[in-house]
Amino acid sequence: MTTAAPDHAPKYAQLSLPDRIGKAMPLLLVPVLVVLGFLSIGSTSSWLTLTVSGLAMGMMIFIMASGLTLVFGLMDVINFGHGAFISVGAYVGISALLALESWTGVPSLLLNVAAVLAAAIAAMCVTGALGWGFERVIVRPVYGAHLKQILVTVGGLIVIEQLIHVVWGPDEIFLTRPEMLKGAVTFAGAAIEKYRLLAVIFGLALFVAMRLVLKRTKIGLIVRAGVQNGEMVEALGYRLRLVFIGVFIAGSALAGLGGVMWGLYQEVITAGMGEEMMILVFIVVIIGGLGSVEGAFIGALLVGLLQNYVAFLEPKLALISNIALMTAVLMWRPQGMMPVVKAK
Amino acid sequence: MSDPILELSAVHTDIAQYHILQGVDLTVPRGGVTMLLGRNGVGKTTTLRTIIGHWQARSGSLRFNGTDITSMPTPARARAGIGFVPEDMGIFSDLTVEENMILAAASGPLDPARMQWIFRAFPPLKTFWRAEAGNLSGGQKQMLSIARAMAEERKLYLIDEPTKGLAPAIISTMASALRDLKAKGASILLVEQNFAVAKALGDTAAVMDDGRIVWAGEMAELASDAALQDRLMGLSMEAH
Repeated sequence: MTTAAPDHAPKYAQLSLPDRIGKAMPLLLVPVLVVLGFLSIGSTSSWLTLTVSGLAMGMMIFIMASGLTLVFGLMDVINFGHGAFISVGAYVGISALLALESWTGVPSLLLNVAAVLAAAIAAMCVTGALGWGFERVIVRPVYGAHLKQILVTVGGLIVIEQLIHVVWGPDEIFLTRPEMLKGAVTFAGAAIEKYRLLAVIFGLALFVAMRLVLKRTKIGLIVRAGVQNGEMVEALGYRLRLVFIGVFIAGSALAGLGGVMWGLYQEVITAGMGEEMMILVFIVVIIGGLGSVEGAFIGALLVGLLQNYVAFLEPKLALISNIALMTAVLMWRPQGMMPVVKAK
Repeated sequence: MSDPILELSAVHTDIAQYHILQGVDLTVPRGGVTMLLGRNGVGKTTTLRTIIGHWQARSGSLRFNGTDITSMPTPARARAGIGFVPEDMGIFSDLTVEENMILAAASGPLDPARMQWIFRAFPPLKTFWRAEAGNLSGGQKQMLSIARAMAEERKLYLIDEPTKGLAPAIISTMASALRDLKAKGASILLVEQNFAVAKALGDTAAVMDDGRIVWAGEMAELASDAALQDRLMGLSMEAH
């Protein structure tokens, strides 16, 4: 039985068509960019290769950025140290893969994927623990002070990078992917790297899982509500500090996972790789809208696709394409595409 | 008089460099509605925010239900039985009405009997149960804000200007819900500028000026004395 609203209750007004299109615009940007890419590139096979590559890159950036946007949204913390978790994750994961050579060196898809999963879990455990320590020692004393946060988290990033040099040595480490993830499959005349396909599938699965947790569980509700109005969540009886620590740990673990995947994608890892990725990660967080996982997902796909298309069409412009994208999005929507938190 | 549900003694609260509460002494009796009145900017909202713990008292003490809560964090105060409805309503606008209510039941699932009571008080919440709270009208948001506080049994409700900016018909719905809450034996500390509502609901009243309580007594006494209202608040509430 439905109880009717009383006469005085205002009714919903149907949104006008332009308003509805305006709300859906961020969701349309990725397909629009894909179509524009197709029209500009001309060759179907090149377009398909670049699109899968762009989606794979976008998924990995999303994995790295999703934790950061929630950390920023929940507690207004700017964590430049996030890049360190990407690097540490890559080193731990690759070390695990090297230790599992008997799984990676055989042409068995099952064993190869199991090895990658084991490496990802090892990386996430270590970076999650590192994130917990980082929050306690470095972030906690500087809540509410943005300038101090920038200074100490950059300091933390430098210290961790140097510790990587101490543990793994100063040189870059080259690696090869597991046997069954090497090479490419041919589809519609386009060569698509197997690993990139795996990265797309993995990234999508993670996005769906994150959405399910955020939308269907109480802890997800608390996180989403906390990003919007942390004070009110506390007034309802929830200890937001504990939730934040949990999100910080999860975000650090996801950065570590992103690090492993990025290392396998590039087939080389360095202590500074996380720091280099932070530019793209921050662009994604900003254009997606602070605190928005969906916004970060769309932003990451746009960044990945645009970088690949522009690098093919006009290589000299590839470096500035993402900055141009961020500028354009912010001119259109100064709070980002799907902001949850208002910029402070 | 039975032991009060809430006692504030010489409470001082600062916001940044400003000394807002300058020694608040306030007693809220158990059961019934206590009106917290005064002109704009005298510290009424800061008093409520100090009680829930959003602002920490610099000195003085707060006792709730016989327990010293002065240094308790906000979540512990809420779990002890204080419900808070802020002036800006504090709605989670990206969440649905249902999700807002699920969150409000911090100790477990929503109680169906309690929900029926809430739906009777605020029928639009049932109509828009699956709608995003950000799409509700101002009055419906205020209903949701109060309904959230009612989702679990609380010993004390702190409600900040629930009728501000609302149409008369919605104010009537709101007053009726608060009367219902009061009838169930709840203790309510209510900041309200609408005199008709204050007079209809209030059992006792406290008037603030310059960060202090300058008068406390029966609401009926204040309501019947225009000269007293003028002296305490600079205007007759009848003319408000």
